[in-house]
Amino acid sequence: MTTFRVPGRGRVLHNRPVSFTFDGMTYQGLEGDTVASALIANGVQLMGRSFKYHRPRGPMAAGSEEPNALIGTRRGKGRFEPNTRATVQEIWNGLETNSQNKYPSLKFDVGAINDRAYMLFSAGFYYKTFMWPRSFWDKYYEPFIRAAAGLGVSPSEPDPDNYASRYLHTDVLIIGAGPAGLASARAAATAGLRVTLVDENSEPGGTLLSEPQASLDGTPAWDWLSAELDALTDLDVRIMTRTTAIGYYHQNMIALCQKLTDHQEKPAEGAPRERMWRVRAKQVILAQGALEKPLVFDGNDRPGVMLAGSAQTYLNRYGVRVGNKAVIVTSHDSAWYAAFDLASAGTQIEAIVDTRPTPNADLIKEAAARGITVLPGHTATGTSGRLRIKSVRVNKVENGKVLNARNISCDSLLICGGWTPTLHLFSHTKGSLKWDDESQTFLPDRITEECQIAGAGRGLWGIASALNDGAVMGAAAAKALGKSATTQTVTVANDRPGTGESHTELPTDLDPGKARAFVDYQNDVTAKDLRLAVREGMRSIEHVKRYTTNGMATDQGKMSNINGLNIAADALGKKQPEVGLTTFRPPYTPTSFGAFAGYHKGEHFEVTRKTPIDSWAEENGAVFEPVSLWRRAWYFPKDGEDMDAAVRRECRETRKSLGMFDASTLGKIEVVGPDAVEFMNRMYTNPWTKLAPGRTRYGLLLGDDGFIRDDGVIGRLSDDRFHITTTTGGAARVLNMMEDYLQTEWPDLKVWLTSTTEQWSTIALNGPNARNLIEPFVEGLDISDAAFPHMSIAECTFAGFPARLFRVSFTGELGFEINVPARHGRALWEKLFDAGQKYDICPYGTETMHVLRAEKGFIIVGQDTDGTVTPYDAGAGWAIGKNKPDFVGMRALNRPDLTAEGRKQLVGLLTEDGTSKLEEGAQIVLDPNQPIPMKMVGHVTSSYHSDAAGRPIALALVEGGHGKTGDTVYIPMPDRTIKATITGTTFYDPEGARLKL
Amino acid sequence: MTHFSALSLLKNALTGQKNWQAQWPDSQPKSEYDVVIVGAGGHGLGAAHYLAKEHGITNVAVIDKGWLGGGNTGRNTTIIRSNYLYDESAKLYDHAVDLWEGLSQDLNYNVMFSRRGVLMLAHNVHDVQSFQRHIHSNRLNGVDNRWLTPQEAKEFCPPLNISPNARYPVMGGALQMRAGTARHDAVAWGYARSASQRGVDIIQNCPVTAIRRGPDGSVEGVETAKGFIRAKKVAVSAAGHTSVVMDSAGVRMPLESYPLQALVSEPIKPIFPCVVMSNTVHAYISQSDKGELVIGSGTDQYTSYSQRGGLPLIEHTVAAICEIFPIFNRMRMLRKWGGIVDVTPDRSPILGTTPVPGLYVNCGWGTGGFKATPGAAHTLAWTIAKGTPHDINAPFTLDRFRTGRLIDEAAAAAVAH
Ligand SMILES: Cc1cc2nc3c(=O)[nH]c(=O)nc-3n(C[C@H](O)[C@H](O)[C@H](O)COP(=O)(O)OP(=O)(O)OC[C@H]3O[C@@H](n4cnc5c(N)ncnc54)[C@H](O)[C@@H]3O)c2cc1C
Repeated sequence: MTTFRVPGRGRVLHNRPVSFTFDGMTYQGLEGDTVASALIANGVQLMGRSFKYHRPRGPMAAGSEEPNALIGTRRGKGRFEPNTRATVQEIWNGLETNSQNKYPSLKFDVGAINDRAYMLFSAGFYYKTFMWPRSFWDKYYEPFIRAAAGLGVSPSEPDPDNYASRYLHTDVLIIGAGPAGLASARAAATAGLRVTLVDENSEPGGTLLSEPQASLDGTPAWDWLSAELDALTDLDVRIMTRTTAIGYYHQNMIALCQKLTDHQEKPAEGAPRERMWRVRAKQVILAQGALEKPLVFDGNDRPGVMLAGSAQTYLNRYGVRVGNKAVIVTSHDSAWYAAFDLASAGTQIEAIVDTRPTPNADLIKEAAARGITVLPGHTATGTSGRLRIKSVRVNKVENGKVLNARNISCDSLLICGGWTPTLHLFSHTKGSLKWDDESQTFLPDRITEECQIAGAGRGLWGIASALNDGAVMGAAAAKALGKSATTQTVTVANDRPGTGESHTELPTDLDPGKARAFVDYQNDVTAKDLRLAVREGMRSIEHVKRYTTNGMATDQGKMSNINGLNIAADALGKKQPEVGLTTFRPPYTPTSFGAFAGYHKGEHFEVTRKTPIDSWAEENGAVFEPVSLWRRAWYFPKDGEDMDAAVRRECRETRKSLGMFDASTLGKIEVVGPDAVEFMNRMYTNPWTKLAPGRTRYGLLLGDDGFIRDDGVIGRLSDDRFHITTTTGGAARVLNMMEDYLQTEWPDLKVWLTSTTEQWSTIALNGPNARNLIEPFVEGLDISDAAFPHMSIAECTFAGFPARLFRVSFTGELGFEINVPARHGRALWEKLFDAGQKYDICPYGTETMHVLRAEKGFIIVGQDTDGTVTPYDAGAGWAIGKNKPDFVGMRALNRPDLTAEGRKQLVGLLTEDGTSKLEEGAQIVLDPNQPIPMKMVGHVTSSYHSDAAGRPIALALVEGGHGKTGDTVYIPMPDRTIKATITGTTFYDPEGARLKL
Repeated sequence: MTHFSALSLLKNALTGQKNWQAQWPDSQPKSEYDVVIVGAGGHGLGAAHYLAKEHGITNVAVIDKGWLGGGNTGRNTTIIRSNYLYDESAKLYDHAVDLWEGLSQDLNYNVMFSRRGVLMLAHNVHDVQSFQRHIHSNRLNGVDNRWLTPQEAKEFCPPLNISPNARYPVMGGALQMRAGTARHDAVAWGYARSASQRGVDIIQNCPVTAIRRGPDGSVEGVETAKGFIRAKKVAVSAAGHTSVVMDSAGVRMPLESYPLQALVSEPIKPIFPCVVMSNTVHAYISQSDKGELVIGSGTDQYTSYSQRGGLPLIEHTVAAICEIFPIFNRMRMLRKWGGIVDVTPDRSPILGTTPVPGLYVNCGWGTGGFKATPGAAHTLAWTIAKGTPHDINAPFTLDRFRTGRLIDEAAAAAVAH
């Protein structure tokens, strides 16, 4: 059945059949096959349709540079991915695959109508039309363009797989395990260095896998390879296969993506599918080899057309002949060897067509010996065959003239336009390239990282020179790290280094304007499109690329960049380096999102910070809200209560008797040192010098622009020690800001800052019974109002735990905040909750906290302020130390606009009807009858129903608000306009009597 | 120059596409211009177009150190919206959207402005408050913007995960239907073609090395790699490199330059109908007309002129996208890149006159200036032509950082408490 399989040949396991499906048909392949090699073995070349013209296509390559053979791959539910390259996907029993971008079927695709009208769809055609009438764009044109987009279909279910990530530090990272990479590894490892050798293929060896005829030091290539791998393993070289270096970042940081399960029939349960490695290497050796270029001529894209080197790989590595009757069209020696190997395996070679008038004499001799027709000095000018190539049209070229054509029938056309060093990763480093006229390629020039390039990657062809160069570069890397390496020389027989010439489009006797000569196969960019772009004024290669989309397909230009450049340069009449190469961008090959996301998935997307008391809240039915990285108890509904009812009850019970609140998320910073007071004076607006140890103060922190950044109660524990509290979301930012000032502006200050947010668990008790509850727990401290007045702080023992006790209130009730080491937080909470039963203690959440503070007019930074509010605007001018020489933001407070009339100022708002609750964020106007756009004078920042006030209350920022008490303002809503009166910001206990209990 | 139309396309198709002309010539600098614009991004080229078209000033050169449109104009994720909070911003961006709507016709170049709607997700109470504030303000400013419940958001954007168990559950979103995307290269090319058609010289691969000022302090011209070019009026529109250019004129700009990265996936059939932004998880996404998912991240954390950008931020961005759209986890990243964005202290642009007579500036767009391209260019041309601020750009002065009259859209988006 598998008529194209060569028995016993290749590295596949001939006794291990594997069955898989493609478009619903079951096929047999062998273990070690890729989808592409297995399908070719079954005589299937048609594997896809191109993007724009929907032309039938087969694989061009045998590796990751494949532009055509893109398929969908599926492993049961949730495990589907589009656009997989059939040339790298290994097969396993049960793998399901499908072709893409066709309707109704791969063989008959109505989208191919575009191919008939190809003249219309020239490069950039969409910029020139679809503009009239204007209204048609939304309704017809754009939907039409969009419907044509894309190749495969998106996955439709969440991905059940896991992805892993790891860091690795290594002395030498070698990318590419061909002869150059292997030799580098050997040299560096013998120098005693830690070496990591990676390759994107399923096994190491690179070119050696496709050239078994070579003999190294008298040993057949594959035997040499396995001995060499054993030797490297003995030297502790870490060899990673199916591992692609996707990006090269600053300071020798390389990202590797390792495929772990996509090749397995039965992956271990829960095993990660891929792993992203972030490698920091002291030295990097790029040994990525070279990529083969197609030749550009009319019809160079039919199924059955393939790169000659790839055909050789299919034969030697996978044991598959790509066809029965092949023609070779080449401008380089290497394709001749493909012809010879295929001929030996039983493929009829109809002709070797070489564009060079006088190819290498030895090659001609060998061809003659094999009875192969050789057509030197010829060009290819066309092909026939719809779903598979049937013939190729070739002509002799003499003195630049294309002579009569002849057609040669074939089922495979193997083309080769020479080789290009793989310089993608090198380009990521912004290393510069130089154009080499002789080889007609770019080669690496100025190196910007600790990096070497070895082998074909710098234009050295053949196994011997790659081995030799690899050893030299490995030794160079060792030398750079102060080690010396022994390099061994390997003698290679049957090596096949070659030379060739480079072309733009091949010469033709036909109208080049009608030629379908493809440069970017997937995106259907032809040579003509490139010339059109140049004609239209695109002179930079970046413009040409963007105008034509050449090089922007999923092969990232691996097939098309150099041919595109050659043609553009020719059209411009310039040398290639004057036109420039487009920037190669990471990743080297398309890489799963999942691998980038790694462990950061689901609940681990970002950590959820939880307080020590969180578990109690959860057990007691709390509803949570996310606040920055934290989750906080929002409210504690009792049976059947909605949020509103629960919050009202919590407010009521707290004001009536006693409420308890988990305030552990508040940021805490310990400021210590002989200059602690000076530091506090410079950071915060308030004066700190006279604050006695044992006392606390409300601190206000500004940015250097004079606007409020943070606030919190700060206690002074001793002359040289402060306990700062910050807002929950501000903790890290405030610490950063402080460290920034300390390290860059005031390095002379002797102050140390320590984040203690997670060290303390904080429980706030508020309500008239607060002292009654805690008094029995406090040891060694008199907490009577006289001895421990409002705004005090002390260290004590509380319920047997070491504690810092604050007397503060964010509710307007008698209040205490107890800080105990975090590990005791829950135990203390439970003790207080139990003891509090006799006072009907009520646990409350953040929403009640918000209501209670709003009733007192206490601001929430970030809600009642937004980064444009000064202390004066917020009515907190009293918090500014009037006699201080300086503090952060002081100078900015004197800027003209910050002292101008009419600034937005914080006020209270009461709706006139006494029942309407305003919407937070609603805008305020003075004249509700003005037309749109309206002049807005402010907005509602906080709005709650207040039981204590017996009505809804609100805070708002209003232009000149402090001078408008008693004025009426309007809040226009979509359905009605609400009338409200400006008031002060305190809605409850304005004298503060309840604090003084 | 050939007028672009379905007819001209058809005609050329029949004649082998041989008769198209260069969309803009490869100009060499003259010794003197009325106006020199530094930076051939959308903003610089746009200003040249409007100078020529609306003010009859055609003796203009646009000079770029690289190829036109190769800066942030050709690197951005093309989100266009105008639902900004402050009146000043709303006016500027809405003016831009008005111009976007007719831009293809104005330029005779299809810039593919696609009103597919921009949905901004709220993930916590603070987001909800902030978006409500925007929506109310936009409504009274006559700017389109409305609130969607999680369910409505899901209907509008089916790939969205609205599970309440998500790490950052979707609590709703603000939708501007009039907003969308456009084809970035076409914007640069369309403006370039139109401006050069009207006589403007576009000079590429010619770095401006300094701005020269005369004894009276006013602008005399620019030093470039191709020699000195005289001009009484110079406008700098150099995005991430503006502070460097302005420095040479002795003007210190309140700008910090950061790398900003973006990426695309492999192309897939249409699945994503709109644009979705999430400030809380720092990611935004749309699908291009080619089928790629276009994804942007927040700025890198350090200042830099390197267009490389780091890996960590991209990892976070992709994780965020997969978190909101779990079906995309097995999609593959095709390509990622970075641009250098110029960030002001209040995250609003600086647009108009400067303390130096004859020197104008258009910069500080940070992560979001593509959307403003026609609006900013249009008003800047007005200012260059008349020498005074336009009503719409008047608030966006450099002086505001001295007076404190900031237009703080970042603060308006505020910070979680
Ligand atoms: C990754 C990314 C995503 C973005 N996403 C969006 C988005 O979704 N929506 C949005 O609205 N905005 C977005 N932006 C921002 C947007 O791209 C920019 O604000 C906008 O394009 C700026 O246009 P410009 O013309 O001012 O700058 P540019 O296009 O950068 O043009 C400036 C030009 O000045 C040239 N120049 C610099 N120095 C000199 C010199 N000395 N001499 C001569 N020429 C010089 C440069 O070469 C460049 O061509 C994004 C930006 C990036 C990088």
